[in-house]
Order: sequence, then C-alpha cells, then structure tokens
Amino acid sequence: MGEERCPGVGDHDTGGNVAEELFPWFGLDIGGTLVKLVYFEPKDITAEEEEEEVENLKSIRKYLTSNVAYGSTGIRDVHLELKDLTLCGRKGNLHFIRFPTHDMPAFIQMGSEKHFSSLHTTLCATGGGAYKFEQDFRTMSDLELCKLDELDCLIKGVLYIDSVGFNGHSECYYFENPTDAERCRKLPFNLENPYPLLLVNIGSGVSILAVYSKENYKRVTGTSLGGGTFFGLCCLLTGCSTFEEALEMASHGDSTKVDKLVRDIYGGDYERFGLPGWAVASSFGNMMSKEKRDSVSKEDLAKATLITITNNIGSIARMCALNENINRVVFVGNFLRINTISMRLLAYALDYWSKGQLKALFLEHEGYFGAVGALLELLDSA
Amino acid sequence: MSWQNRVWILSTRNLKTVSGGSLTKLAYYSTVQHKVARVRSFDHSGKDIENEPLYEISVQEEITARLHFIKFENTYIETCLDFIKDHLVNTETKVIKATGGGAYKFKDLIEKKLGLKVDKEDVMTCLIKGCNFVLRNIPHEVFAYQKDSDTEFRFQTNHPNIFPYLLVNIGSGVSIVKVETEDKFEWIGGSSIGGGTFWGLGALLTKTKKFDELLQLASKGQHTNVDMLVKDVYGGAYQTLGLSGNLIASSFGKSTTADKEFSKEDMAKSLLHMISNDIGQLACLYAKIHNLDKIYFGGFFIRGHPVTMRTITYSINFFSKGEVQALFLRHEGYLGAIGAFLKGAEQDNPNQYSWGENYAGSSGLMSTSPDVYPLQRTRSGTFDMLEMDRLERPLVNLPLLKDPSTYIPDTVDLTDDAMARKYWLTCFEEALDGVAKRAAASQPDSVDALERAEKFRQKYWNKLQTLRQQPFAYGTLTVRSLLDTREHCLNEFNFPDPYSKVKQKENGIALKCFQSVIESLDSLGWEERQFALVKGLLAGNVFDWGAKAVSEVLESEPQFGFEEAKSKLQERPWLEDSYSQWLERLKEGPPHKCALIFADNSGIDIILGVFPFVRELLSRGTEVILACNSGPALNDITYSESLIVAERIAAMDPVIQSALKEEKLLLVQTGSSSPCLDLSRLDKGLAVLVRERKTDLVIIEGMGRAIHTNYYAALKCESLKLAVIKNSWLADRLGGKIFSVIFKYEVPCK
Repeated sequence: MGEERCPGVGDHDTGGNVAEELFPWFGLDIGGTLVKLVYFEPKDITAEEEEEEVENLKSIRKYLTSNVAYGSTGIRDVHLELKDLTLCGRKGNLHFIRFPTHDMPAFIQMGSEKHFSSLHTTLCATGGGAYKFEQDFRTMSDLELCKLDELDCLIKGVLYIDSVGFNGHSECYYFENPTDAERCRKLPFNLENPYPLLLVNIGSGVSILAVYSKENYKRVTGTSLGGGTFFGLCCLLTGCSTFEEALEMASHGDSTKVDKLVRDIYGGDYERFGLPGWAVASSFGNMMSKEKRDSVSKEDLAKATLITITNNIGSIARMCALNENINRVVFVGNFLRINTISMRLLAYALDYWSKGQLKALFLEHEGYFGAVGALLELLDSA
Repeated sequence: MSWQNRVWILSTRNLKTVSGGSLTKLAYYSTVQHKVARVRSFDHSGKDIENEPLYEISVQEEITARLHFIKFENTYIETCLDFIKDHLVNTETKVIKATGGGAYKFKDLIEKKLGLKVDKEDVMTCLIKGCNFVLRNIPHEVFAYQKDSDTEFRFQTNHPNIFPYLLVNIGSGVSIVKVETEDKFEWIGGSSIGGGTFWGLGALLTKTKKFDELLQLASKGQHTNVDMLVKDVYGGAYQTLGLSGNLIASSFGKSTTADKEFSKEDMAKSLLHMISNDIGQLACLYAKIHNLDKIYFGGFFIRGHPVTMRTITYSINFFSKGEVQALFLRHEGYLGAIGAFLKGAEQDNPNQYSWGENYAGSSGLMSTSPDVYPLQRTRSGTFDMLEMDRLERPLVNLPLLKDPSTYIPDTVDLTDDAMARKYWLTCFEEALDGVAKRAAASQPDSVDALERAEKFRQKYWNKLQTLRQQPFAYGTLTVRSLLDTREHCLNEFNFPDPYSKVKQKENGIALKCFQSVIESLDSLGWEERQFALVKGLLAGNVFDWGAKAVSEVLESEPQFGFEEAKSKLQERPWLEDSYSQWLERLKEGPPHKCALIFADNSGIDIILGVFPFVRELLSRGTEVILACNSGPALNDITYSESLIVAERIAAMDPVIQSALKEEKLLLVQTGSSSPCLDLSRLDKGLAVLVRERKTDLVIIEGMGRAIHTNYYAALKCESLKLAVIKNSWLADRLGGKIFSVIFKYEVPCK
C-alpha cells in the first residue's frame, strides 16, 4: 500500500523551490457521516511571498482562520489547534475542521466558487468519500482528488500527532483506576514505543487494526455497530437530531432500567461462570416487557444504547487483542468526541475482563488522524 | 397423542422441568407397556409334526423404558402440573429438578401444586448434558442451514467423537461455552447483545410486542434502507477496493436523522442483521482463540426459526471465511430438560444405555418460517414432544466400517432428491391401506384390531403428509426413515408383528424343502454349485412382503415357490455383476476366517437361500456369524425365529448341527428392528464377536439392507452386497428392469 504515487503530487513547477509543496496545505478525510479537514496555516510568510500570493489563497486562509463555524454545520475545533508547528520547514498552525458528509455538495460548490482549481494545488483525500465524490470534484470544481488509503493515513496521522505532542502536552492518555469511579483519573501516556498496538477506529462503523511497525499493519476485523449505530438508534428511540444531543441525553439516563443485568436473572453474581451481578446479561432485555417499556425515559434509552455499543466494541477489541497477542489498545474516531462515558467504560471493560492485562489508550485528536495522514502524504510526496 | 396402554410410573426423581421463557419443557421417564410377539418352539416329541405349525406365536406384554419430553406454553403450566399430579405415584423423594428462569418463577406454584420441593439445577450444566445426550443418541441430530436450496436443512452424520465443540446459546443474552468432555466445560465468554436485545429493542422501534411477529416483520424488510452500506460510503467505486459494496459499514447508519420515517419491517431486518452478525463475529473470535471448528447454536433466538438460522449462518461464513460451520440441533429446545432429567437420574446412569428416537411419538422439526408454512406454525407452536426409547442393549459401530465418521447408511437422501421423495412418499401412501389391513388381519381374535388398524393408518398417513411439507422433520428423509416410522406407528397401536403368522407358515413350508434343496446342491460340481448357491440366495430374496410387486404375486398365487422365484430372476450379466471376481476369489484365495451375514426375509430366503450358503462356507472352513433383527419388521426374520429355524435345520443337517455345537456358526441379534441396516448402530455383542472372530467377509442381503442402505458403505474387509430389485421405479433408476439382480463383490483397496 502507498506505493503508487498520485499523479500531480509534488511534480509542479515550483520555480526552483522543488522541495516545497505549494500552499494551501489541506488534508481531507471524507467518512460516512463526517468530513474531517485539516488545514495548515503558515505563520512564517515573508513579505516577498505575501506579495506573490494570489488573492484566492489569501481569502481562503482568512476565511478558515477567522471563523470557528462555516455555514450552518461546519465547525472548527479550536481547542484542538496545534500551534507553532514546524511542518516541512514551515512554521504555522494546524487547524481542525469538520462538517457532515451530507454537506459535501455545498463544499464542492464552494471550491468551485473560490476557483480552487486555479491554485494548482493537489487535494489529498482519504475515506470512502474520496471515491464517492471524486467525480463531483472533477466536474463541479475542476479538481483532481488524490485518493489515499484510509488505513495508511490513519496510522500515519496517529504516529505523527503523537510525536509532535499537543501544544506541549501529551497527545495520548489513559484512565488510572478505571474500575473505581471515585479514583478514576485521566493521565498522560507516553507512547514512545508504540508497537505493537491495536488501533480501534470508531467512526460510523468500526475498524480494528493491528500495527506492528510504521509500515507493517493489518486490518484485523471491523464491526458495523459503531458511532452511526449509536446515533442512528438514538434518533429512532428518542427523536434527537444531533450527536451532541444524544450524548447529553445519555449522560442523564440510567441504563439499568433498560438492560437486564446478571443480578436481575440470578439475584446476584452468577458464580458458576464468575459473572458479577452488575454485568449486563441482555442489552435492552428489560424492554421485552411492556410495563418496563412504558416506564423508561428517553434518557435511559440513550444511555443504554451508548452502553450497548460501547461494551460491544470493547469486547470485540479485547478478543482481537487476545488473538493478536497485543496488550495496548488505542481507541480513536469521532464516536469518542466529548464522549467521556464511552471512554471510561472502554477503559473499565478492558481492564476488568482482561484482569488488568489490557490497557485502553486514547488520543486527544480523536477523529482527525485520517485527515492529518492525508496532509502528510501531500507533504511527503513533495 | 395416544397415551393408552401406558403405565405411568412417575416418581418425582424422574420428573424434570425446564421452564425457560414462554415455553415450559417437561421431561419425564415412564415405563411403557406394549405388546411384543414371542415365538416358542413346541415340544414335538411324540406328535405328528406334519400338521403342526413350526412354533408357537404369542403376544406378550413387555415393559420398556421411555423418556418423554414435552414442550408447551407457560399459560398451560397449571394444566400441566395437574397432569403430573394425577400421574405421580410412589413419591419417595420429595424433590423435583427444575432449571431455567422459570424454575424461579414457578417455584412456588410447583411446590404448592405438587407438594414437592423444587431443586434448581444450573442451566448451563443441564444444557450441556442434554446436548451431549442428543449428539450421542440421535442420528441426524445436527444440521447446517443452507440458503437457496430445495431443502433448508442439511443433516450431518454423527461423528463418533463429539468433543470438543463450542455451544453458543442465544437466549436473552449470549453464552459461549466450550465443551471438552462429558463433564468438562467452560464458560469462555458471552455478549449482552442477544435475543433479548432483538426483542426489547425491536419492540421499542416497531411497537410490535411478540418475538415471532418481530421475526416476521424482519423477514419482509429491506435493511439497506436503514443501514449504511460500504457502497453508501464509497459511492460506486467500491469494486476497485475489492470490497463488497453490500457489506454493512454502519448498522442503523442511515437513521441518523430526525426527519425521516423508517418502516417497521426495515428496522426489524436491520436489527436482526446487526445482532446476528455481532453474535457470529464473537463466536468466530472465540472459536479461533480456542481452535474449534464446530459451533452449535441454540437458545430461543434460534429455536426453529429459519430466519435467524440463516442470518447466523451467513455471519459465521463471512467472519470465518468458511473455516467454521454454524450447526444447529433438531432437539435444541429440549436440551435443558433432557439435561435436568439426566442430572436427577444420575444414579441410574442413563448414559450407559443407548436410546432411540420414537418417530411415532415425536413431533418433527417444524419449519417455523412465517412465509413458508403459515399453517404448521400455529399447529406446532404450543405443543411439541420428543420420545426416546431406552434400548435393551447398547449400540455401537460395526468395527469393520472403513471410516465411521463419514459412513452414511442411506443411499438416497430424499430431502435432497425431490423426484425420489415424491415417488417414495406416494409409494408408501399407496401401500398403507394394505399394511393396515394386514395388521388388522394379524390379530383376528382382537375386538379392537380394526379400530387400532384405522388409527395406525391415520397416524402414519399424517406423518407422510407432514413429510411431504417438511421432508426434514425427522432428520434426513430416507426410505429407511419411512420404513422405520411405519414400524414405530404399528408398535404404537399394538401391532408388534403383523407378519408373524405369515412368517410362521413360510418357515414351515421352507423347512420341508430344505433337505431336497441340499441334496440337489450336493449333486452339482463345485463351480455349478457355487452359482446355484448364489442363485438360491437371490431367489430367496424375492420373497419380500415389503415389496408391492411381490406381495401381490404372493397373495394371488399361493403356489409361487422357490423354483418360480428363480425363473423370475434376471439372467446374467446382472445389473451389477461381479460374480466372476467372487468365484475367482473362492477358487484362488484361502478360505475366509469368518463371515458376518445380515439376513433378510424369513421362510425361503433364510432357509433355502441363506442356510445352504452358510453350509458351504462352513464346509470351506469359514466360521459364520448370522445376524438377524432383534425385533420384528415386515417379514424379516427375527433373532428368536432364527434360533428355532436353526435348531430345526440342525436336526436335519449334520454340518449345521456340528457347527452350532462347536460354535463355528453363531446366531446373534443386530440390535435393530428396522427393515434397513445402520452399521453405525449395531448391538455391542455383535461387534465384540466380529472382532473376536477376526471377521473378514461381510455379506449383506436384501433391498432394505444392501440397496436402500449400505450400497455405498465402505468396509475394511471383503464384502458381498446382493439383492433383487423388486420395485420397477428403483430398477428404472438404476438402469434396469424389475427383478434385476445386484451382485456387488468388493475388496477394499490396499
């Protein structure tokens, strides 16, 4: 993978400055639900450069960096911005922007209006949408996408961001005492020697990769029960309309009203199999009864949905880690954005069921690694 | 159901309930009194033998042990408990074994109603015990589900070694258990996403309350309207990635919007896929870690629902890339009840016995696919039963089977072969009136014989109709299973041996001819005699009351005899003809050490066909084990009849006499009461003898044993399969005419 060079990448006539890719520098990851865009804003532009810079480029930079929201759905995650980054010899800030995939047509339209194609840049994109929207980019805004492998980009992005850190802090963290709600704390984790690691990317669906080195990795499995499932079911069950709303509801709910626990069946622990009474025996199991269906709130349902999906991902990840003989599991993907409940639960579940053998790790830039990887591909090829 | 003529000895120790979910399963042990035919030699001293029958036939009462398993809806629990109470006798132990969620739920009710203490047994222990029991005792217990095939279920041959396996029980949650030996099993994992999730979440999403209705909705839905597929993410370009565009990328990924309505059917389907795929994936992960390739699925999520079997099978195939097979059990719903029973009966050790399914008393496996058989669904939903008869003697493999794990007794799988199925079902339907008539006629002194014969007719007719609709109801449908079911139904209505008188008469007539047949054989030269012996065996085999063409001749031509039968036979070359190789073997090779012969019909077949052949083998220095059925089937000779026949022949023939005396000729029973032959379920005594005597030749005679079954059976030693085809349809199929001859001599390749 990654052997094929994209046509057009790095072979522009740059007037002697061969090593440098022309601005603007973008990396795009078009997923099933969300589009992730990273943009490098150079801060070291010389007066000479500024003079040469075309109007278009200036206006794009200005538009992206002076706003935190774009249209009604685009959002810049200001808190994730990486400041004073040196990338390919240039200093600048890395911006993280996301918008829903269903707004892709509007985005492409904008590219056309802003005459993006006149900038002679290459747009590096990954994710399924790179394939799906390739033709639209071509016909609507005269842009050739450079399609990049999703998993290559993901791993590249993870390793890079972890290596540069998060504005002086650690990118990677874990939860200390995950099984003890009182004493549970988020702590930095040093991922200096990352291999081998199991990378669990939770977007709309879930991909699980075993990574042995920078180049040596494989997709182990995946599941269709992912962030899209949580959000989709919540929409159906509660009538909510945003991911944030769904999570907010979940945070106020009680899933034990919805789920059937081991203790609901056995009156306590099921000792024969070493199952604790608090473990979920049947997700939504109480909902088989009409009275109980009538007595639960939307919040309870949202919480149960979150717990169900999260526990399932945890147990598949745990089985894969066992099969691959890996004990560090890194969870990424936008499902984890503002989702402390799931992160803590994953940390807890991995620790508990593996009897402390497995460690769940998380990264601050949750869902942006694919886009970062795409940007790096652009620069690497220069 | 017919519960007449049964004595219920229901001690509480023997009464087990498994209450799981909305169905209660009850297991109990009873002794069943039924009639058996007995033969007894007369004391002929000083009597005029000429006009006396050969032996005395009597019908006696016999008590056998039977295990009953009943399944009914919980709403009937009180009625059921009343029933148990009425039949409870001899309650010394005051404990009843119960398992499952209902054991807690109905504990008080049971204790109050029956005045017994409920002893709760661990669910999983019972489940595993029950599973081991059915895997060991019921042929065709296991099946795989196959889509887009004439029959949905593909039955598997029982592997002699059932361990290790993975049992995935999908109840409200999922339990994954690794079973290594009879007593060693381990819970290796589970998942909370199970049947309860489908039901609970499904009820919330679709406002549909019942599990069955949810499945019905799911079977009509389109999950692609709700799920986000790979092609939804990748557009049309997914082909270039080597991915299937139809894979689900995100379950419910398309419902991430508040302003769109989704149909109940589509949501139910999406939910079904989500849950089945998830369970399949986990099961495969566990199978991989523990290095297992057999996964049995059970629990209410699976129970008889082709919809869920299909999605689970799909998932297992997908995630294991075909390396693991999803398997299902015909009596899956009874495992807990069987296990609870076995647990309570441990001191009697039911595992030391062999058990056989009584087809007459068991409801078959119903396809509950709502689309396919709407009628049967309602019929079978509430009440279902399984009966297992305890066999007097344990059954084992014939030690001479080349590969017991791949041995399949039956030649044609009628579940697979629609044409053959249609023919045979019609054939059995057409013969039914005659069989019922004969059954009634066999008991002229019984006042209710006609009535019972009619009940038998009705019952077997209904079984045949069920099999027309659901050929897989009792495992793989074969001519053997049709014949066996008929025998079981006859027994059920106290017709233990409708042909007893026919057999008695024919044995008498044939015995009278024995000496002259021997004399004429002895007058022949060696080579001529060998051929005459084979021809005699074949001619004897014509006398088969089970074959319509023959029974018509025998009914209308009382004079039809041995010579007439010989004249009916096809001339050589026969349809299957390796006689020359056989003759060569006799001429050139050393005498066989010991021959095992499976006999077929009584009368001319055994007396004028088999015995002269046996006599020749004995003269060559070959020992002979003559195996006859333990119980009656059609006009096949039974073991007890063979003893009398042998005794009478011995009185006339010194060769036979001394061979019996010196134990060079041994009469044994097969352990079977079938007109066909399953070499994987034979009497243990027979197997021991076969080994001791170093048997190196097996002779299988007759259509039922050598054509309907065992035609392709591979053995470790030389074998002879011979039969006369007395059915024109079958003859046609094999490329011959009626009365074509099969003479198949096989030598195992080195």
